[in-house]
Amino acid sequence: MDLLRFTTAGSVDDGKSTLIGRLLYDSKSIFEDQLEAIEKASEQKGEKQVNLALLTDGLRAEREQGITIDVAYRYFATPKRKFIIADTPGHIQYTRNMVTGASTANLAIILVDARHGIVEQTKRHSFIASLLGIHHIIYCINKMDLVDYNEKVFQTLKTDLKAFSSKLKTKDISYIPISALKGDNVVNRNTNMPWYEGSTLLHSLENIHIASDRNHIDCRFPVQYVIRPQNDAYHDYRGYAGRIEGGVFKKNDEIMVLPSGFTSTIKSIDTFNGEVKEAFAPMSVTLNLEDDIDVSRGDMIVRKNNSPKQEQNIDVMLCWLSETPLKHKGKYALKHTSKDVRCMVQNILYKVDINTLHRNEEDKNITTNDIARISLRTTQPLFIDSYGNNRATGSVILIDESTNNTVGAGMII
Amino acid sequence: MTDYNLSHLEELESESIFILREVAAQFEKPTLLFSGGKDSIVCYHLARKAFFPANVPFPLMHVDTGHNFDELYEFRDKLINETGARLIIASVQESIDQGKVTEEKGLNASRNKLQTTTLLDAIESNKFDCALGGARRDEEKARAKERFFSHRDDFGQWDPKNQRPELWNIFNGKKNYGEHFRVFPISNWTEMDIWQYIKKENISIPNLYLTHKRKCFVRDGVIMAKTDFIDTKPSEEIKEMQVRFRTIGDATCTGAVSSTASNIDEIINEVAATRITERGGRSDDKRSEAAMEDRKKEGYF
Ligand SMILES: Nc1nc2c(ncn2[C@@H]2O[C@H](COP(=O)(O)OP(=O)(O)O)[C@@H](O)[C@H]2O)c(=O)[nH]1
Repeated sequence: MDLLRFTTAGSVDDGKSTLIGRLLYDSKSIFEDQLEAIEKASEQKGEKQVNLALLTDGLRAEREQGITIDVAYRYFATPKRKFIIADTPGHIQYTRNMVTGASTANLAIILVDARHGIVEQTKRHSFIASLLGIHHIIYCINKMDLVDYNEKVFQTLKTDLKAFSSKLKTKDISYIPISALKGDNVVNRNTNMPWYEGSTLLHSLENIHIASDRNHIDCRFPVQYVIRPQNDAYHDYRGYAGRIEGGVFKKNDEIMVLPSGFTSTIKSIDTFNGEVKEAFAPMSVTLNLEDDIDVSRGDMIVRKNNSPKQEQNIDVMLCWLSETPLKHKGKYALKHTSKDVRCMVQNILYKVDINTLHRNEEDKNITTNDIARISLRTTQPLFIDSYGNNRATGSVILIDESTNNTVGAGMII
Repeated sequence: MTDYNLSHLEELESESIFILREVAAQFEKPTLLFSGGKDSIVCYHLARKAFFPANVPFPLMHVDTGHNFDELYEFRDKLINETGARLIIASVQESIDQGKVTEEKGLNASRNKLQTTTLLDAIESNKFDCALGGARRDEEKARAKERFFSHRDDFGQWDPKNQRPELWNIFNGKKNYGEHFRVFPISNWTEMDIWQYIKKENISIPNLYLTHKRKCFVRDGVIMAKTDFIDTKPSEEIKEMQVRFRTIGDATCTGAVSSTASNIDEIINEVAATRITERGGRSDDKRSEAAMEDRKKEGYF
């Protein structure tokens, strides 16, 4: 059994909450007391049916306004897989939440209302999924019950979506006609759409191949923490703790430490349960090196013949998360893997209109939810890959030094 | 080519170890909140794995209501002895004796809410800048939006509408003097994951989780243990029952379930079949629909 993380997106009222409720309900992940609570709440609101959407309502403010305003995480499992859903709101003013949810997802479900077809939001959500490096998109054409389960509606929409999504970086895209409300093709197949021969949504979620989505070629090990037991049994032990963010490290591999450039070999890969012969992303391990060289947090251990770029001038696609606009020539704290540096915004190249993907080189006013390409200069070199090659070594966050808030999320180009 | 893929438990473990190491690296004086319940036992186990072969580089802290089951204290002390952890005890009784909080009165009196003051005082007096906790997002809906790194202002309060965005696996632990963080390394685990992991790693747990005979009574449909800390109404019949606990908290507000599960496998089967959330047995959450959210804002775990 492995783990799949996915995010759900759609415009308001496309049926996102109903769909998640349906997935949880039909996969028997909802408990009686939860069901009772939402039955009571539905009744209070004067609704006839139990509103499955209420299951995924989180905070009080949201309950009162009846909207989702933050990323909420949900969990369910089948005998095949455990699932983590990043449930994110669809409205344009919450682009940043969607970016947050998408940043750790393997897959995105994008809901489309069968009656309305492709709308601005569909394009925006698709673009964000693709920008955030999500490898798999499933378009769920929802509310098929309201168009009489008509195959033609589905086929036309599928053709439109195909034409549009061919421009995306994401290559694995599928299309499923569903009714979240009635449950058709979500977990169970119904007789309402005999013309549909593909798999149900849950079946797809259970079977999509995700193991090869990670980079298992370029070895990257950002050092997180140095372990020095200083006890009798491990007197001279120095282990470099961290998580493998790319490639496969093996015992006896020749490695190089950045930025020093010192080389050594891996003496052992240690874990609490004993040595392992090899380790790959995303394993947390401790590397023990043959030679006594100086290594500390923020350094990166790589293979001798395969280094990331070492750069101080970095171009990123930036999603701005803060209400305070991005300052041209402004200075920010920057985090990249386990490294902390500062940076200055050198240049704002263009802003992306996330509905049309149009590049606007005139408008340099970057505020909440904007996506822009910018150039940064950092106080020290970073060891980077492009985001497309490696999500972990290709991403940065910017922090406002006066508030300590995370204000920007950047994907290295 | 080999399929380089982790099982869900391996991936969750790796994520939690990553978080624990980030805490050790980013904070000066962290502590791990330890209740003796299964979630904090798993957190401590993960911490031992994260820093092996060194010792866990921070102390554990038990916010003790004084109203816990004897089995829990025995288990705690044994675990501490065997693994060489440092343990700090923050006592709710002391907060009461010092007049910082007032004991609740009446039939449903509980020290659960008082823990918040004791916890915040202990964080301040020990100058902790980070308290690791074993909360999981699947427990309760207010927790579903909690971050891994959750910022608290200098009153220890949580502002759910103003949380820092958390992207990828980059965690921002920057703060001003006097503020602290709550960090939840097992955010992404479910109750089932916890039990499967306890089995896989052969982690010892208090016997309270396994079936045993105990003097109990039923209140509002919940089976409660009869202890010295809780008064019963004449109509509440006390009888010996075959029960176990799904969560272990203060004895005054933790419900038991009828169960014959006597080992981890049987617990896993029971959890798989059960149709009530584990917090369904906790009267502290039933006080209102937003009970948990309100307590969290004030600085509860
Ligand atoms: N007929 C029909 N109605 C649906 C379907 N899915 C959702 N709805 C309804 O559409 C409305 C909005 O759904 P909701 O899940 O709250 O949308 P969200 O804003 O995307 O979370 C609700 O009244 C749902 O009952 C569907 O498949 N068929």
